[in-house]
Amino acid sequence: MKKTVNQKAWFLVLPVLLLVGFSAVIPLMTVVNYSIQDTFGNNQFFPVGLEWFEEILHSERIHDALGRQVLFTSIIMAIEIPLGIYIALQMPKSGIWASVCLVLISLPLLIPWNVVGTIWQIFARTDIGLLGHTVAAMGIDYNYSQDILSAWITIIVMDVWHWTSLVVLLCYAGLQSIPSAYYQAAKIDQASRWNVFRYIELPKMMGVLLIAALLRFMDSFMIYTEPMVLTGGGPGNATTFLSIDLVKMAIGQFDLGPAAAFSLMYFLVILLVSWVFFTVMSNIDKEEG
Amino acid sequence: MNNAPVKKGFFSSKSPAIMLLYIIFLMLPIYWLLNMSLKTNQEILGTFSMFPNDITFDNYIVIFTDPDWYWGYINSMTYVVMNTLISLGVALPAAYAFSRYRFLGDKHLFFWLLTNRMAPPAVFALPFFQLYSSVGLFDTHIAVALAHTLFNVPLTVWILEGFMKGVPKEIDETAYVDGFSFFGFFTKIFTPMIASGIGVAAFFCFMFSWVELLLSRTLTAVDAKSIAATMTKTVSASGVDWGVLSAAGILTILPGAIVIYFVRHHIAKGLSLGRV
Amino acid sequence: MARITLSKLAHSYVKDPKSDKDYALRELNHEWEDGAAYALLGPSGCGKSTLLNIISGIVTPSHGRILFDDIDVTFEDTTDRNIAQVFQFPVVYDTMTVQQNLEFPLKNRGKDAKYIAQRVASIARSIQVEDILHKKARGLSADQKQKISLGRGMVREDVNAILFDEPLTVIDPHMKWELRTQLKALHKELKHTMIFVTHDQTEALTFADKVVVMNVGEVVQIGTPQELFEKPAHTFVGYFIGSPGMNILDVEISGNQAKLFDANVELTQNYSGLKGKLELGIRPEFMTLCEEGQGIKIEITRIEDVAHHKIVRARYDNKDINIIVQEDVVITKTMNNMTFDMSKVNIYENSWLVEGEKI
Repeated sequence: MKKTVNQKAWFLVLPVLLLVGFSAVIPLMTVVNYSIQDTFGNNQFFPVGLEWFEEILHSERIHDALGRQVLFTSIIMAIEIPLGIYIALQMPKSGIWASVCLVLISLPLLIPWNVVGTIWQIFARTDIGLLGHTVAAMGIDYNYSQDILSAWITIIVMDVWHWTSLVVLLCYAGLQSIPSAYYQAAKIDQASRWNVFRYIELPKMMGVLLIAALLRFMDSFMIYTEPMVLTGGGPGNATTFLSIDLVKMAIGQFDLGPAAAFSLMYFLVILLVSWVFFTVMSNIDKEEG
Repeated sequence: MNNAPVKKGFFSSKSPAIMLLYIIFLMLPIYWLLNMSLKTNQEILGTFSMFPNDITFDNYIVIFTDPDWYWGYINSMTYVVMNTLISLGVALPAAYAFSRYRFLGDKHLFFWLLTNRMAPPAVFALPFFQLYSSVGLFDTHIAVALAHTLFNVPLTVWILEGFMKGVPKEIDETAYVDGFSFFGFFTKIFTPMIASGIGVAAFFCFMFSWVELLLSRTLTAVDAKSIAATMTKTVSASGVDWGVLSAAGILTILPGAIVIYFVRHHIAKGLSLGRV
Repeated sequence: MARITLSKLAHSYVKDPKSDKDYALRELNHEWEDGAAYALLGPSGCGKSTLLNIISGIVTPSHGRILFDDIDVTFEDTTDRNIAQVFQFPVVYDTMTVQQNLEFPLKNRGKDAKYIAQRVASIARSIQVEDILHKKARGLSADQKQKISLGRGMVREDVNAILFDEPLTVIDPHMKWELRTQLKALHKELKHTMIFVTHDQTEALTFADKVVVMNVGEVVQIGTPQELFEKPAHTFVGYFIGSPGMNILDVEISGNQAKLFDANVELTQNYSGLKGKLELGIRPEFMTLCEEGQGIKIEITRIEDVAHHKIVRARYDNKDINIIVQEDVVITKTMNNMTFDMSKVNIYENSWLVEGEKI
């Protein structure tokens, strides 16, 4: 659609600008302010320059949290995206079963995040949970609150449970937009199942798949509530991801300066990666248009 | 277009068994929660069974009679609805501007809005706490509603813009020729045309506000305490009441399960922010 | 290439069809000659897509059989029928180059590289895409893409038939001509059996050796373009083909005398034993407009000037009729009578053409 140039359109955007300005800019200014100051209490602040940033950059604790975060995000993306595509390919195309599947697979997305944590906390307990009980009954040494490996596996399975449906839904929508003539043409050309996926389905899904990857990256990189409820970051610090660490630092220990510097860098990393995704996405759009 | 039913699509090579397995994987933990919520604590801790031996609704009765519990739901609902209304109210005109006009800095503004969707709530938790405390809004519904607009407004703008792009511009022009004012056109003609888009956007506002815990817990204490916060605070208390906790969890799933039925065909479009 | 035989073929999407109405395609027997070009013509919803889908194997007919060169393929899958199809909108593999697109059907069938290269080169020449062979298919225009889907169909020498499902719908008008001409030339060159579905009579009449006209699930006539024009087998064909269509007038007949609303005309054939509703069909091209008293009186409502002739719109017996008049004829106020070229008059009994005896 051709858009007309009209500066008055700013008036329509103004409410959003004021609202988001109020809820984003002011808090962000506070963060920036904290990040370059120190305090002895009593609301007396003095500037410390980039000291906090240096401290964070060299902090082993943050490095570890970042390492865990990257590992976690990589693992869940490596599982959820292929699995999501695969499940989307198994979805019924239309009819009552398609509706039933849609509703059922969307359900985990609508559960409050702390309840997701609670569900798995119960489900994976060896005394009262179905999963934990079954695994323990098979003679496997499993305890997510004490064993690091168990904790990681539980959190990853929980995230796969919680978020794979998002990838499925997006891919499904992409698949639905493929006209049946493409499948018919592939039959006529005697294309193999793999070729149909490779040359018809995957290219058509590319756009939505990028969105799925972007959303999964962003949300998993910010994950807080579910592991907080499930393991509380433990055992030890084994499942303390960036957000959990940040909240511990800011609210638990009230280390405002380092926490603020940490926040800013955290935010910037997400922005940077998202911006790369975004650019790639717009380029694909352009090629298609 | 050829509407003839297709005899065998490639989709026929799919296997219902795998779909079934996946759905079982999704439903089992929820079923377990339901199972727990219908048992007494003695049964939960004493015996291990796939079905409640002695179905009890006591856990639900606790929630519906204890003000601490049911006010959690009322508080959550209140700020979720407030958030949805505010988000839609400000996002509608903005999305219209983005979908119809070009203006100075429009692209930057759009991207800046999106960056807010990417902000980790943990980053904002403390500054929000201080901001709302300093203006005296701490522990009010509006504080949580406003905080959640940070994520929901960009999303709403993005979804609505996607839907609005689908409405041809000629509609606007015809309406102005017919003598409608901008306001009249927007409320009487345009808004009904993108009703499904508004529905989807509202659904997503509802959903994200409903599932979020960190900000709602940080910004409330007693008067506006959300159900999510109520649940976590119960967990940390000594001797967890598993039955009541499970019942509370089941009750938080219900609203989503009900709404999702109505928007099932649009979920993907909304999730992809209008790009499918 | 093959001869395609439809034997007692019928299809209903309803499980247990009771009346004719339940059939998307009513019973049909026909042989598609090897190497001929056919057009399937009819308004939308007439069953032509169903018929095409049955031939291509997307739909299994509920009744009857379909044979390729005497081999029953009724229950065979599209993959095994060895046909090619060009769809309404271009179906190309976006991420492949034009060359890869053309190679694809041959590669999948395990042909050797030398043969593939030679076939692709030859087809690329025929459809004139040699200069874009190494471009990605994604960025091409609709008509180029449609050419590629056409090329992908023809790259196999042994296809039994090439089916076209309204392939020119998305093509710009000026490109339509060019593609259609190319298609005709390709047919002459390669002699594939071609079946071309369309609702556009010009497309059908210019492309095909034989046109199959369909209406509400029924094949009403199969014939050459000339036959359809001069001897429409059904009033629907008369009306659907031609621009404007055939004039249909109520008539009573005894022997060779035809009694119209307020006039009598003498037919060139004798008819006997006619029952049911009788109609007389005459094309606007075979009528003349003449001075008062020289023919049958009509009431002229409008005269339209089109490119090479004039169309006179008139009323007779409470029906709209059209007469085509040459460009150079001056129409005066007193010219309000019509006459027919009696050798071109057709008589219809219950809408179907009936032939009388030569006098």
